[in-house]
Amino acid sequence: MTKRTIIPFGPQHPVLPEPIHLDLVLEDEKVVEAIPSVGFIHRGLEKLVEKKDFQDYVYVAERICGICSFIHGMTYCIAVEEVMKLDVPERAQYLRVIWSELSRIHSHLLWLGLMADSFGFESLFMHTWRLREAILDIIEETTGGRVIFGSSKVGGVRKDVSDEKLKLIVEKLKKYEKEIKEITDVFVHDASVKHRLVGVGILSKNDAYTLGAVGPTARGSGVSQDMRKLGYAAYRNINFEPIVETAGDCYARCMVRVRELFQSIDMISQAVNKIQAGPIEVKVTGTPNGEFFARTEQPRGEVIYYAKADGDKFLKRLRVRTPTFANIPALLKVLPGSSLADVPVLILTIDPCISCTER
Amino acid sequence: MPFFRMTKTVLMSLFKRPATVKYPFAPRTYYANTRGKVLIEVNNCIFCGICQRKCPTAAITVAKADKRWVINRLRCISCGACVDACPKKCLKLDTQYTPVQTAKSEESFTQNA
Repeated sequence: MTKRTIIPFGPQHPVLPEPIHLDLVLEDEKVVEAIPSVGFIHRGLEKLVEKKDFQDYVYVAERICGICSFIHGMTYCIAVEEVMKLDVPERAQYLRVIWSELSRIHSHLLWLGLMADSFGFESLFMHTWRLREAILDIIEETTGGRVIFGSSKVGGVRKDVSDEKLKLIVEKLKKYEKEIKEITDVFVHDASVKHRLVGVGILSKNDAYTLGAVGPTARGSGVSQDMRKLGYAAYRNINFEPIVETAGDCYARCMVRVRELFQSIDMISQAVNKIQAGPIEVKVTGTPNGEFFARTEQPRGEVIYYAKADGDKFLKRLRVRTPTFANIPALLKVLPGSSLADVPVLILTIDPCISCTER
Repeated sequence: MPFFRMTKTVLMSLFKRPATVKYPFAPRTYYANTRGKVLIEVNNCIFCGICQRKCPTAAITVAKADKRWVINRLRCISCGACVDACPKKCLKLDTQYTPVQTAKSEESFTQNA
């Protein structure tokens, strides 16, 4: 038996935007076991719900994550609205779809850039982030913030976007679509990229299902699971099919995200075509009483918000299950057997968002 | 060609202007919606205190007795909740952010008698 060594990976590591620590047990260059430890950035945001008014908590919910901030805020609002049996106006629901998809595009572009960085393709990294900047500009133009949108609200949305502006956004996105295609083609076809991704870290369909993987990690392994199909917000009126790849390797997970970029652009143009004039919020009166499980699809996968209230202006309990938390078992499944040089790529393919996970 | 997919993009970027702005020498353009710092027209203020109650971070203090409106810029998250709630519409969001601070301080506005 070869001598075993333990290499600590993280919490500070060039590929990790956020701190997670893994103890990698190695035999020569092969990983035989990975022991994770999380807990570096726990902020106690779930407990804070007992001290913050249920309408004010939206601002906290948005700050659970710095990338999928809007969807966090929206999911919290959906949970509270369902508890209070509020009927959210159609226009607000469409705006939620548009902003959700914009944040999906910017999150996937960010991830593609980090991925390129993890296998050392720096110019590709710079170019994906250049494209992401254009999406952030659209977000800032419509909501006022680049990553913290601040446009969610219990009972609707806080800001309206005029129809002309929505049309302009679709035109802009059509223009960016060509540029995005040019850059993502590198991920799809380039031999050096394929060399690092194809056949690396294969997660079988059965494993993905039994380990409870969500989002692109599950879809890359052939599990057709997309919470947008549940039809929350205005997704019930939008035509789309979950994007599924069957290979289950890093390349497949990358391809799912590449194809979702174009799907999101298509969904935004569908939403803009269907959006009707009308109010953007309903008046919220009274306090919530009851409980609800809200499930939505984030760029990284399914997020669950459980809200419980007993008629007070503070919620009794809020539980957030984030996609990265669900994907860590899948990550620990693919790490053993891989080589040390592939570990950064493997960790990135689940798109880890640690501050979400720890809240 | 499986290699050199990136070559065309890279060569074209050689002849293009940089995608980044030379901040702070070239100013950044903000959008009309950009949420910067909160401004107050203190002479229109009636010191009702609604902004203080609505502020999720408790950054605003309204002293009705001495007609003073105080904001802690470091606590403020520029969410605009106070602007939405103001009955006299004397609050608004600037597109510019607060200048850098080196010490914790509060900015105070007093109404002229």
